[in-house]
Amino acid sequence: MRALVTFVYLFLYTPIVLIVLFSFNAGRNASEFVGFSTEWYGKALSNAFLMEALQNSLIVGFTSAGLATLFGTMAALGLERVSAKTRAVFDALFAAAIVVPGVVIGIATLVALVEVFGLANSLIASVWPGEAPPRMQLGFGSIIAAHGLFTMALVTMIVKARIASLGRDIVEASSDLYATPMTTFWQIVFPQILPSVLAGFLLAFTFSFDDFIIAFFVAGSKTTLPIYVFASIRRGVTPEINAIAAMVLVASLILILSARFLMRDRTANS
Amino acid sequence: MASAHPNDIEFRSVTKAYGAVTAVRNINLAVPKGSFLALLGPSGCGKTTCLRMIGGFEQPSEGSVLIDGREMNGVPAYRRPVNMVFQHYALFPHFNVEQNVAYGLKQMRPRIDAREIDRRVQEALSMVRLDGFGKRRTHEMSGGQQQRVALARAIVNRPSVLLLDEPLAALDKKLRSAMQIELQTLQRELGITFVLVTHDQEEALSMADQVCVMSAGRIRQLGSPQEVYDRPADLFVADFVGKINRLNGRLEPGGQMLRLADGTALATSGEHSLPAGPVIAALRPEAIRLSRQETGPNGLRGTVTHRIFLGSGVEYAVTVAGLGDFLVTADRGQGSEADLAAPGDAVTLSFDPAAVHLFSPSEAA
Repeated sequence: MRALVTFVYLFLYTPIVLIVLFSFNAGRNASEFVGFSTEWYGKALSNAFLMEALQNSLIVGFTSAGLATLFGTMAALGLERVSAKTRAVFDALFAAAIVVPGVVIGIATLVALVEVFGLANSLIASVWPGEAPPRMQLGFGSIIAAHGLFTMALVTMIVKARIASLGRDIVEASSDLYATPMTTFWQIVFPQILPSVLAGFLLAFTFSFDDFIIAFFVAGSKTTLPIYVFASIRRGVTPEINAIAAMVLVASLILILSARFLMRDRTANS
Repeated sequence: MASAHPNDIEFRSVTKAYGAVTAVRNINLAVPKGSFLALLGPSGCGKTTCLRMIGGFEQPSEGSVLIDGREMNGVPAYRRPVNMVFQHYALFPHFNVEQNVAYGLKQMRPRIDAREIDRRVQEALSMVRLDGFGKRRTHEMSGGQQQRVALARAIVNRPSVLLLDEPLAALDKKLRSAMQIELQTLQRELGITFVLVTHDQEEALSMADQVCVMSAGRIRQLGSPQEVYDRPADLFVADFVGKINRLNGRLEPGGQMLRLADGTALATSGEHSLPAGPVIAALRPEAIRLSRQETGPNGLRGTVTHRIFLGSGVEYAVTVAGLGDFLVTADRGQGSEADLAAPGDAVTLSFDPAAVHLFSPSEAA
């Protein structure tokens, strides 16, 4: 049993450890470690294409996570006020959104967007007075929409769990102490759910930043970091890719650990 | 918030229904200014719903609730001159004690000067004997201390009415009786009307000056603690407020004699309006005298089966052939152990005719 567990963990983590290790390899060949060097990190960071992809990923990540956090939090707060039946339906829908495979979301979003864009573009063309009507097409907007919708479900689930653990009591107490619903929200509810809102943002950002599958379908001509890495690999795995992977790994770990810290169970001191 | 109105709270034909479930049925109730009312009843009797309708957390389905003579239908909780002490305190976890207590004052418009707020917060804290606790985090405090913060947070606003929702339920027995005295003292000092919800009859009887016994959404009896205990309006009240021994019997024509199942005749006070026929008699355990001699009228012969030493008194279970088990509480008196009856002893149970409460069997709940 113990051997099996060890094997599973080795299987999971050896490739990751190797990638990090070889990102510091002085040699070009991934089969032998010739010496320690950080030259590949320098190379990666001075690669203009890579930097553009990184910038794209950051734009998509921040925007989609921001929107997902805003709407996800509002959805979580709104679902508190509907009947139990309606809430159950939405809970199921959110849970479904999270378990649907990325490929399916990618294809579905692509098909839907292409249809909508086709209709919208012919409509715009028919009413546009000038020669070259603007055309809606895949790009930042479509990646942000696809990521935002998916991660909104994530944020909603996280914030909802926190709201549920708060209970109605302190909201009623605030109302009893003459606070208007607006004051109650900003003074009492918001400070209590803020950590989970931030955690939701971090997870949404991490998801968007790391996502390849959905972005691949809807990115159009834009290149995000995972798409760049995928394209580069087709030309062979270089230590530069290892360096990128190592950096993404560290960034993601920091974000996810921060999210976990924010979501930690604080019932012990409340 | 003084007004000429004699009643702080009034319920006029109030009904509250949740879908098909009616929690409160057609309640009429007036709570005079400065009184201490206890809403007493088993869980699900509607007492908490009544309290929440005063607080503004629920709105009546029919009828109206008045505070200070003003109709409150549709007025939200934050515009009502009442404050509530919640069962689980509901302290704000991200605020310290002072911030919790100051919260209500900070919401008041026109704004209250910060120094005045601080002065009143300190005054309220010292009133609940929490001087020096202002900077503490609430989760660092014991249950009893949190309870007092909740109390200070409510009384600091000088509401016309203070609502207490099972405020002592989460405290241990010793702390509970200490808090009972404190609440009563506080109520007298402040002169604020208190409305307490509890399922604990001892709590209601010891603190309130009016007890409103409820069951199934209705008021069964409203009266002083003595009235409710000594002259219960019905069998439910007799049973819920204190312990009773229940006897089935028939009232003889004339209404003076009660014939029990085993044929024994008991005298009653005659102060009732029941027709002859089957009745239920209720006897308080402490109204029964137990002696080892064969004595007196209204006597039943029985055998002691259990003796429970309570410290301050003694409780006996006595079996009377043909009638079942009786619970009898007796003063311990100055007697030594030899003076107490022991299991197996043959004893006589006797009682004053006035101690026999008679109820029609149809109202047995």
